[in-house]
Amino acid sequence: MNIHEHQAKALLKSFGAPVADGVAVFSVEEARKAADQLPGPLWVVKSQIHAGGRGKGKFKELGPDAKGGVRLAFSKDDVVRHAEEMLGKTLVTHQTGPAGRVVSRLYIEDGADIERELYLSLLVNRDAGRVAFVVSTEGGMDIEEVAEHTPEKIITLNINPETGVTGSDAAAIADALKLTGPAREDMLALAGVLYRAFTQTDMSLLEINPLIVMKDGRIRVLDAKVSFDGNALFRHDDVRALRDLTEEDDKEIEASKYDLAYIALDGEIGCMVNGAGLAMATMDIIKLYGAEPANFLDVGGGASKEKVTAAFKIITADKNVKGILVNIFGGIMRCDVIAEGVVAAVKEVGLKVPLVVRLEGTNVELGKQILDQSGLDITSADDLDDAAQKIVKAVRG
Amino acid sequence: MSILVNKDTKVIVQGLTGKTGTFHTEQALAYYGTKMVGGVHPKKGGESWTSGMDGAADLPIFASVAEAREATGADASVIYVPPAGAADAIIEAIEAGIGFITCITEGIPVMDMVRVKARLERSSSRLLGPNCPGVLTPEECKIGIMPGSIFKKGSVGVVSRSGTLTYEAVFQTSREGLGQTTAVGIGGDPVKGTEFTDILELFLADEATQSIIMIGEIGGSAEEEAAQFLKDEAKKGRKKPTVGFIAGRTAPPGRTMGHAGAIVSGGKGGADGKIEAMKSAGIVVADSPARMGATLADLLK
Repeated sequence: MNIHEHQAKALLKSFGAPVADGVAVFSVEEARKAADQLPGPLWVVKSQIHAGGRGKGKFKELGPDAKGGVRLAFSKDDVVRHAEEMLGKTLVTHQTGPAGRVVSRLYIEDGADIERELYLSLLVNRDAGRVAFVVSTEGGMDIEEVAEHTPEKIITLNINPETGVTGSDAAAIADALKLTGPAREDMLALAGVLYRAFTQTDMSLLEINPLIVMKDGRIRVLDAKVSFDGNALFRHDDVRALRDLTEEDDKEIEASKYDLAYIALDGEIGCMVNGAGLAMATMDIIKLYGAEPANFLDVGGGASKEKVTAAFKIITADKNVKGILVNIFGGIMRCDVIAEGVVAAVKEVGLKVPLVVRLEGTNVELGKQILDQSGLDITSADDLDDAAQKIVKAVRG
Repeated sequence: MSILVNKDTKVIVQGLTGKTGTFHTEQALAYYGTKMVGGVHPKKGGESWTSGMDGAADLPIFASVAEAREATGADASVIYVPPAGAADAIIEAIEAGIGFITCITEGIPVMDMVRVKARLERSSSRLLGPNCPGVLTPEECKIGIMPGSIFKKGSVGVVSRSGTLTYEAVFQTSREGLGQTTAVGIGGDPVKGTEFTDILELFLADEATQSIIMIGEIGGSAEEEAAQFLKDEAKKGRKKPTVGFIAGRTAPPGRTMGHAGAIVSGGKGGADGKIEAMKSAGIVVADSPARMGATLADLLK
């Protein structure tokens, strides 16, 4: 689960990290008030969307020469002008895709005098099975480019979960960032603060780009991107409250209500599969036979008839879907349950596109029987290969 | 022969009394009499568990893993405990000295697994999973949730990050008449106990295993490491015909594809790099998930 920058900063501040003063606003009037509350003489007006690259992003409705999604303001009137121009407009960045995201909230922040820009992130290093700091002196840039061209400038430090951040860990981070004087002192404290914030709220990513050294020699978190581990949300009511549904796909929200793993894609063949690996492999085989999947959908191991019906409705609600492939290899999942769910769903929402069903595993004969006796226009497939070929042929001809 | 489990493996169940634990324990008992010897529940020690199947014996319930191990001589444990308590269940099994622990539970917080991994490294236990289908040696022992009916005793070692793709490979190798020595699902979580290399090492050492199917997916670099391992071992003369498959060639970057560990991020963990690594190690990569068995059969001709 992702949150907005201003939420991430408030969270980090609550753990003791140095962040600038700022106010999240939803209207021009609120933006004016926020400007009054902050001391100036420099303000930053930042679009709040769940995507990176906002500074270089462009607003669809504004000309190509218009400024991007993060703007400096040198007066209170400037703040208001920017807010008027940005609110309600669609920001397109390299992470939003061409459709972009509508900016409905801004973060008005106190400006800073920047001396140096650094990169710092925390993530779970899966190779080590530990939380790691990833730091670089090359902040403010696209870290993926730094990784590609000058990988030696990125330093990774794994933290032992049984000790947490030690004094020598913190010193190693400060050394890697070439920090001296007060900035070094700040970093020695900040390392532990960030580690505690990460582990105590079950983050999966905390990226600060840039972390800045200011002209006065102190350190500040200038931008912050935070994602949380979805598996741990059950123990963090406060984190769940930060979810912004307007940033998520409607079909994906609907799917999450039924505990279905669903991701919308651009193709024409809707897929319903059990198991994440088989769901990906089903997308792959559709592509192999020359068509494109419309979605990833894993109904999970213990799907009920209701869950299968919900999944079917979500797939058919996608207007791009010209055919549906159901691919089930029943282990815990029983084929007869799937078959009943499919039949119930088709009877309820109707079937306007070809449907191919491949069932294998537990209770497969019973499942096939239910489909055959339903009287519905369902094409049965013998195996995965057969299923993929049949649905692609039905859609592409 | 086989790896990890055989007809002598004695298994206790953590989370036996729940619906999932009960169902799969019945299935295991029904599968060639897998030696399920007891269950663990902190509040139900001294009680017993009754199978819904005709003629099956009751299993004793113990208050702790240590007690269960002491009383039954169990050398393996399988965990069906819900996500919030699963990490503690694994750690309890480690501390009780269980040699082989399989955790089926899906949805354990990553930070909990970081804690488990650190504890695991200071022990001599092996953990399979979490978020995995378990392990099955045909006609001998079934730990976890794999459907026994698709297996056939034979010569192929199957190892996979994905549950249902494991079934697919087992089904296809049975259909080809090859059968399996053991099938192992290592699970789709980013932080887990057993990696590909651990299982490949066991398959290389197992005489009955004459060929291997390895199924990976996008995310992380375990497949690349496994390929490098096979390359290094081949130089020492240890080599078996191996077929591979990588799921997720069409997955969009930056999205988690169902498994917490299946994500292409920062240009890393993509399918193409994994396929290249596997090919360079002499693994024959099937282009379709429907052709894993046939590709292996062709290779063995």
